[in-house]
Amino acid sequence: MSPNMIRLARLAIILGVVLLWEVYVQLFATSSLAAAPSQVLAELWPKVLGEPRVRAAIGVTLFELIVAFVLSVVFGMLIGVLVGLTDIGRRSLYPIVLLLYGIPQAILLPLFVLIFGLGPEAKIAFGFSHGIFPVIVNTIAGMRNVNPLLLRGAAAMGATRFEQLRYVMFPHMVTAVFTGLRLAMTLTLLGVLLAELFVSQGGIGFFTLLYAETFNPASLIALILTLALLAIILNELVRMIEARFSRWKE
Amino acid sequence: MIANDKLVIRTIQFGLFAALFGAWYLATRTGGTLRLFLPAPELVWREMGVLMRSGQLWSSLSVTITSIAYAYVIAVAAGIAAGFAIARSRTLVRLFEPMLSGMFAVPLTMFFPLFVLFFGIGPASKVAYGATYAFFPIVLNTIAAFSNVDDLYLRASRSMGASTWQQFRYVYMPAALPVTLTGMRIGFFICIASVLGGETLAATAGVGRATALAAELMETAKLYAWIAFVVCLSVMLNLLALAVETRSERE
Repeated sequence: MSPNMIRLARLAIILGVVLLWEVYVQLFATSSLAAAPSQVLAELWPKVLGEPRVRAAIGVTLFELIVAFVLSVVFGMLIGVLVGLTDIGRRSLYPIVLLLYGIPQAILLPLFVLIFGLGPEAKIAFGFSHGIFPVIVNTIAGMRNVNPLLLRGAAAMGATRFEQLRYVMFPHMVTAVFTGLRLAMTLTLLGVLLAELFVSQGGIGFFTLLYAETFNPASLIALILTLALLAIILNELVRMIEARFSRWKE
Repeated sequence: MIANDKLVIRTIQFGLFAALFGAWYLATRTGGTLRLFLPAPELVWREMGVLMRSGQLWSSLSVTITSIAYAYVIAVAAGIAAGFAIARSRTLVRLFEPMLSGMFAVPLTMFFPLFVLFFGIGPASKVAYGATYAFFPIVLNTIAAFSNVDDLYLRASRSMGASTWQQFRYVYMPAALPVTLTGMRIGFFICIASVLGGETLAATAGVGRATALAAELMETAKLYAWIAFVVCLSVMLNLLALAVETRSERE
């Protein structure tokens, strides 16, 4: 099949699922538990996105996400470079990083809320603690994958330690680091959303809870689909930045 | 030289843990308000004993482990079946693979309120949520595993007269096993994390619920005790997964 046919078939599948969902809800489901796509669409504007408090909540969540992501990237790369710089450092500290990465962090969520309170700080901290690990791990992996010959070549031509990092190490790390960044974006969002859903005063967690507890599935699904759309856009953004930084390879 | 390296590495690792515990101990000796968030190590240790003896640990753990087991079995069965079905045709792979990996990139956590709405606040919603989350890495890795089997092997085995079953058993299975196992391992840890996360958010029982409850009641020693149990469990499971993987690689 040609690429266009594939795309068409994919669209047909999605439309088919939406149609099935519509028919199923219209015929069989209880209105307090399920909502048809048409009802969700009707609810999206003006009741969900038209409501200024919901828009503010989405803004708060985006703010938390961006702060947590930037912190994860800065500290993750810093720690990654420091740990990966020396052989001894990598071999002694990398297993500890992996061990910490393996802990199901959801169990720490109540502790984060206890320490950082009910506001955005707890969401940022929890998002950060999710996002930093893939950045560290992939930074270290990226440093290991640089051909040692290139580094020795640069050193032989008189590059200082910093110049070796800047002109040889960093450009070669781009692919691995961006894999980490994409993972970090997903995980930061996961952390922020988990914390939002756990306890929230003005973020989207407040509204998902409100809609779920008042049995208003149409509004709930409308809000969740808006968030999913935002998540996809953010992922694509990181991918576009990656393409920009990998251009030198072509 | 290498033995010497190993010694340095172990010293650094143990030194780090010792420093961490030392700092924890000292902080609880001197800190005033800090004690609200950071109970003394010996209090946490005592609380772990209390939880074990009173049976709370086992009753919560059995709820959580049962949920994880159900969710994981569903995810593995559905993931491998769907992955194998899709991987049989190149068109199906091109059709579904981007859709599935796109969905996996969206944190499914945001759909958790829907799971609670549909399946209630009991273990069923956690099972459904954990199974859904773990399904994606398993199906994606199964697709990758089975669609990357070298065509040469398939044609060779066919020309030597292998039946479809024999081809599956002796060509597909060994070639696809490592990548499928990776997917199953990722799925397993995602399954644990999502069931625990779901329990922390909304549940009536389980380890996640017990942890959240301890935090709500400001019983910090108990909270740290629960966290310590989960950390121990996850370290053990990680080591187990590592052992299984190195074994299957050797074969």
